[in-house]
Amino acid sequence: MRIDKHPILDFKRGKKIKFTFNGQEIEGYEGESIAAALHASGVKVLGESILKHRPRGFYCAIGNCSSCLMVVDGMPNVKTCITELKEGMVVETQKGKGKIV
Amino acid sequence: MKHVEIAIIGGGPAGLCAAISAASSGANVLIIERNNKLGGQLVKQTHMFFGSEKQYASTRGIDICNILINKLSKFKDKVEIMTDTTVVGMYEDGVITAMYKEEKYIKIKSEAVIAATGAFEKTLAFPNNDLPGIYGAGAVQTLMNVYGVKPGNKVLMVGAGNIGLIVSYQLMQAGVEVKAILDAAPKIGGYLVHASKIRRMGVPILTRHSVKEAIGKEYLEKAVICELDEKWQPIEGTEKEFDVDVMCISVGLSPLNELLVMRGCEMKYVPQLSGLVPLRDENYETTVGNVFVAGDISGIEEASSAMVEGYLSGLCTAEKIGYKHEKFEELKNDYLNQLDDLRSGAVGKHILEGTKEILVN
Ligand SMILES: Cc1cc2nc3c(=O)[nH]c(=O)nc-3n(C[C@H](O)[C@H](O)[C@H](O)COP(=O)(O)OP(=O)(O)OC[C@H]3O[C@@H](n4cnc5c(N)ncnc54)[C@H](O)[C@@H]3O)c2cc1C
Ligand code: FES
Repeated sequence: MRIDKHPILDFKRGKKIKFTFNGQEIEGYEGESIAAALHASGVKVLGESILKHRPRGFYCAIGNCSSCLMVVDGMPNVKTCITELKEGMVVETQKGKGKIV
Repeated sequence: MKHVEIAIIGGGPAGLCAAISAASSGANVLIIERNNKLGGQLVKQTHMFFGSEKQYASTRGIDICNILINKLSKFKDKVEIMTDTTVVGMYEDGVITAMYKEEKYIKIKSEAVIAATGAFEKTLAFPNNDLPGIYGAGAVQTLMNVYGVKPGNKVLMVGAGNIGLIVSYQLMQAGVEVKAILDAAPKIGGYLVHASKIRRMGVPILTRHSVKEAIGKEYLEKAVICELDEKWQPIEGTEKEFDVDVMCISVGLSPLNELLVMRGCEMKYVPQLSGLVPLRDENYETTVGNVFVAGDISGIEEASSAMVEGYLSGLCTAEKIGYKHEKFEELKNDYLNQLDDLRSGAVGKHILEGTKEILVN
């Protein structure tokens, strides 16, 4: 779901990097957000709501709404729409509030 | 604790212009921006702007962003920039707390603050409105124009204001099909030039229509819409189904005001300004001394007015802490006149009514 040709923009993507989503290896680009990389690979469900366990995706993509919280490298409640993807990141669907260590 | 003269929260058009103006008056400023780059909403706006020439009309938003960053770079020794840093608290003793990435907290003490945090996108109430695939129109714009990722294949746009119209056009530029644009109002809210461009591309704009429900298990699969009567109530039997995997919600923005509330600024709900906004004087100083505002945070308007408000607010903040620009009066009058000009149209009349509600001496 990446845009290849665009009449105005020329996307200068960073280096290709690998990370995992629920154990499965996925590729993304350096410099993009975790949520954007996941979306490009067709992953829309990022977590579930706390009480009713309804699926959650991103909503605002700029860090305002907390709809995109995931567990990243073991840390829960990471806003994946504004957190940059890094090589080897371990990204997981968040269920519940997440444990505070 | 970090000490600075002026802390500017938010590096959108308002914050950038405030920084340019305050630095050119001689003050040292620190821009604190949550995103990894400066520019605010401008970083995703590929269309040419409206407004007047002084505010770069017919220049693309992304280019205006670079023009402002260039202008700012002339004051390198007076300007410090922290990106990836979110302000999370503003306290009575003038201390600001900010979080760098998810890593560390920073305490900042400044003589004055300019809050220019912009706005957030509103949502709309209907059954299943929380399904993945239902996104803010601005979010979709970020995904496409910043990251080069398509939001999906078929889109229903909710809201025919300028943002809804512009984002629909940008979706088509990215090769995504737009099934229809809805608006609950009887008239298209955005400019007719944008609307006609979209109609020519074969996308219907359905006024007096709204979303009845979204359908989907894990994510959006279908949207049901219906017609509204004169009292904005759904008319039974008018339901239509759309096979879409994305719904974009573009029903307006609200000022991002939490920090001002926390700091104790006196606030007022003003519909014409789209939400809870701070009372302020002509210089854009709030009821808390040395706390200034500029841009969408003080009322939803446009990038053009956000820039002028930024210049004005930066100029006045610098003056307040002892850095009076040599052409202070001349510049101030010029900015006030520019704002009057920008607010001279039909939409502007609305804004002027709103600003009357919040103006204090
Ligand atoms: C699709 C679309 C099309 C538009 N078209 C036009 C047009 O053609 N012409 C026009 O004049 N206007 C247009 N606008 C409106 C214009 O973009 C906004 O009015 C303008 O960007 C407001 O500027 P601002 O600086 O107040 O806020 P923003 O641009 O939103 O900038 C605010 C900045 O503050 C940062 N921030 C927020 N909270 C914090 C925090 N706690 N800590 C640190 N940083 C924070 C944000 O990350 C952001 O970078 C359009 C808007 C949209 C969405
Ligand atoms: S999508 Fe709103 S905070 Fe990430």
